[in-house]
Amino acid sequence: MKRFFLFLPLLIAVVLGVVLFAGIGKDPTKLESALIGKPVPAFSLKDLNTPETQLNETLFKGKVQLLNVWGTWCPACRDEHDDLMWLAEDEGVSIVGLNYKDNRDDALVWLDRLGNPYSTSIYDPRGTLGFDLGVYGAPETFVIDEQGVVRYRHVGVVNEKVWRETLLPVINDIRENG
Amino acid sequence: MARFALVALLLLLAPMASAQVTDVYNFETTQQEQRFQDLIEELRCPKCQNQNIADSNSPISKDMRAEVYRRMRAGESNDQIVGALVDRFGEFILYRPQVEKRTILLWATPAIAVLGGLLVVIGVIVRSRRQTNETPELTAEEKARVAKILAEDDQDKRA
Repeated sequence: MKRFFLFLPLLIAVVLGVVLFAGIGKDPTKLESALIGKPVPAFSLKDLNTPETQLNETLFKGKVQLLNVWGTWCPACRDEHDDLMWLAEDEGVSIVGLNYKDNRDDALVWLDRLGNPYSTSIYDPRGTLGFDLGVYGAPETFVIDEQGVVRYRHVGVVNEKVWRETLLPVINDIRENG
Repeated sequence: MARFALVALLLLLAPMASAQVTDVYNFETTQQEQRFQDLIEELRCPKCQNQNIADSNSPISKDMRAEVYRRMRAGESNDQIVGALVDRFGEFILYRPQVEKRTILLWATPAIAVLGGLLVVIGVIVRSRRQTNETPELTAEEKARVAKILAEDDQDKRA
């Protein structure tokens, strides 16, 4: 018994070591979305390209889609734009754009010049839908299943690596297991 | 002297670091204002790793303050307001996480540490008590030796 107590500090050190080691390399700026497993919040916002069209959450019903939150004021959004074009054109991914806290003219010039990867673009100048989605910084990309339920949220730039290692597996899982 | 000047300079600069948040909200009573202040001080900004939304200048903190204000105006309770924000941004924004099965270890750790320390202290005390209480028993042989030494000592003194 006495001998056991001698090993107690070692035991505590090992347990603490394992716990702390598990935390190394985790990016503390990336938070899991509170909306995972919940439907996209109800909204009623105008289409970026055609202001007379009113969009709502039924936009996300029927197929697996990405929802990409962006703005012309966001430098990292510029960085991922080419990769979004590649996803939409070469990989055939349906991406809904959420133009977040931006103004329409700037956004349209951006899409005209750099190309438009979005099947539909939601115009959210005051960031109301962004707020309901828990967006805390653009760019953010959500994976939404055919029922309109949020399945995953990626904070930061989407590139080929993120697509292959993170987003595509989530989408494949939805397609296989529902 | 140089050290004093440095401390004085830092003290003078300190208010500037926290006096950047500028948006103004109107309240009817000071209690309401205090309630708003308390609420935004215990909510954490999701963008900044460790800053409450009262101190943070990030756009998301501004939006969150506005939402807290709007909901307060609509007559919601503190729990409703905090709950609405947690539904959007997750439990990360709570500086004081709710007590539940998943967080119980977190909350219990201080108590466990104090209890563990107490047990160690009690152990040490009990052990030292036990040692002092044991009156040393001498064997007959030892007693004879003691008597002999004392007798010799007496003889030395007389001599």
